[in-house]
Amino acid sequence: MAKKTGIEVSLGISEAVKLADVDAIAAYPITPQTHIVEHLSELVADGELNAEFIPVESEHSAMSVCAGTAAAGARTYTATSSQGLALMNEILFIIPALRLPIVMTLANRALSGPISIWNDHSDLMSVRDTGWIAIFAENGQEAFDLTLQSFKIAEDHRVLLPISVNIDGFTLSHVIEPHEFLSQEEVNEFLPPYQPLVQLNPDKPVSMGMVGIPEIFFEAKKAQDVALIESKAVIKEVFKDFGDRFGRYYNVIESYRTEDAETLLLTMGSISETAMEAIDVMRDEQGRRVGLLRLRLWRPFPVDELREMVKGVKTLAVIDRAVSFGGTGGPVAGEIRSALYSTADRPYVASFIAGLGGRDVTVKDFMDMAALAEKMEAEGEIHEYKMIGVRE
Amino acid sequence: MAKNFNEMTWKEYSLAFMVTRPGCSAEYRTGDWRSQKPVVDKSKCIKCGICYLSCPDGAINLAADGTYDFDYDHCKGCGICATECWTGCISMVEEDK
Ligand code: SF4
Ligand code: SF4
Repeated sequence: MAKKTGIEVSLGISEAVKLADVDAIAAYPITPQTHIVEHLSELVADGELNAEFIPVESEHSAMSVCAGTAAAGARTYTATSSQGLALMNEILFIIPALRLPIVMTLANRALSGPISIWNDHSDLMSVRDTGWIAIFAENGQEAFDLTLQSFKIAEDHRVLLPISVNIDGFTLSHVIEPHEFLSQEEVNEFLPPYQPLVQLNPDKPVSMGMVGIPEIFFEAKKAQDVALIESKAVIKEVFKDFGDRFGRYYNVIESYRTEDAETLLLTMGSISETAMEAIDVMRDEQGRRVGLLRLRLWRPFPVDELREMVKGVKTLAVIDRAVSFGGTGGPVAGEIRSALYSTADRPYVASFIAGLGGRDVTVKDFMDMAALAEKMEAEGEIHEYKMIGVRE
Repeated sequence: MAKNFNEMTWKEYSLAFMVTRPGCSAEYRTGDWRSQKPVVDKSKCIKCGICYLSCPDGAINLAADGTYDFDYDHCKGCGICATECWTGCISMVEEDK
C-alpha cells in the first residue's frame, strides 16, 4: 500500500487529474475551486502534464471550450463553483445531450445573494435537471478516488455522460488531509486512454448538436434519460473494480451503523463526517438505535437502493443544504419522499434544512435533529420542512 | 433509407442524434413551408451567377445553357436571390396552396 501524503484536498484532486492524463482543461478561476485549476496550470506549464490548458474569459466559455475538446475526442476536465456554475448554465444542458464525457469538480458554494463564498449545495441543486451524473465526496481521499473513477464512468461507451464530482467548498477544498495516492502504472491499468465512440474528425465528418424538430425532440430526451438512468449500473461496476484493485470500496448510498436502526439521518457531502460522530455519541453514550445514510450518488438518483436501505426504519431525517423556495421540502427530502411514496411501510420523512452559506452543522445539531424527527414521527406532525440552526 | 426519421423509436437514432452522413439533409424536402417561390425570366438572365452565390440553401443549380434553375424541394422562399439579381429577372410569386 502506498504511503499517506498530507496535502490540500484541491491539490489532491489536481494530482488525480494529472494521473488521469487529461488532454484538455478549460477553466476560469472562482473561489473556492481556484487552487485546483491553478495547480493544474502549473503542472501543464512545468511540463509535468501534457495537456492543453485553455484560459478563458468566463465560465460560459470554459464549458463551451470543454464541449469542443470533448467532441474532438479529448479527455476533458474543468472545475467551478457557485456563480461560475450559474454562468455555465446554458451549456451544461447541452453537454449530456451531446453525450460528452466531461469530468468537472464542483467545489460547492452558496449562490448569491447575499454574496457568499461559503459552502452549501444551492449551486448543485440549481443544475439538478441538466442531466449530469452528480457524485459526492466526503473527504480528500474520496475526492481523489472519485475523480479518477469519474473519468472511467463518464467515458464508458454505455454511459458517455458528464459527471460533476462535488466537494464542499472550503470545508473540503481548502483543508489538508492525508491521501493515499495511486502510482501512474496503477492508474494506467485502471483507466486506459479515452476511446471516443464518435468524434469530430475532418476525415469522417459528423454533425453534432442538430436542431430537434417536434418529430424527434421527445425521442432525443427519452434516449438521454435512459442513458442517465442506466449509467447507475456502470457506476456500481466501476466502484467495484476500483475497490477490488485498490481496497477502497464505494457505494451509491453509504451507510453507517444502520443495523437495527429505528431512526436514520441522511446527509450528502462532508457534513456526513460530523453526522457519524453524532451517531457514535447517540449509540455509544445514549444507547439509541440511530444510524446514518450518506447519499453519494445524487444523479441518477439511487431509488432502488434507497427503498431497500430504509426498510423497517421508522423515522428518516433528511438534512438538506439548500432551499427550494416555497417548495414542499428540501431538494433531497422532496426527492426521497417521492421515491418512497408508493412503497408500503415507508418511514416518516422529516425534512431539515441546515448549514446554508457556510453555517456550521455541529454534532449537537445532528443529535437535536434526530430527537426532533423522532418526536415529529411520534406526534404524526404534518410539515413541509424546518430550518435548523437559524436564529428565530 | 430504411425508415423515415419521424417513424423511428428513440432506440433507433444515432448517439446524441448526430448526423453521421454528411449532406443527408438533401434527402428531405426542406422547402415545404415556403410561402413564395422565385420564378426566373431566363430571357433577361445575363448568367452572372449572383443568385447562385447568394442562396443560403444551395437551392440554385447551374443549368446546361449557363442560366440557373431553382430546386423547389429545398428553396425556402427567402427572396434573397430576387433581391440580389442584377437584372431583376427573378420575381417572387405566391404559392397557390
Ligand atoms: S428564394 Fe432564397 S432559398 Fe429560394 S432560391 Fe432564392 S435565395 Fe435560395
Ligand atoms: S442573378 Fe439574375 S441575372 Fe444573374 S444569373 Fe441569377 S437569375 Fe441570372
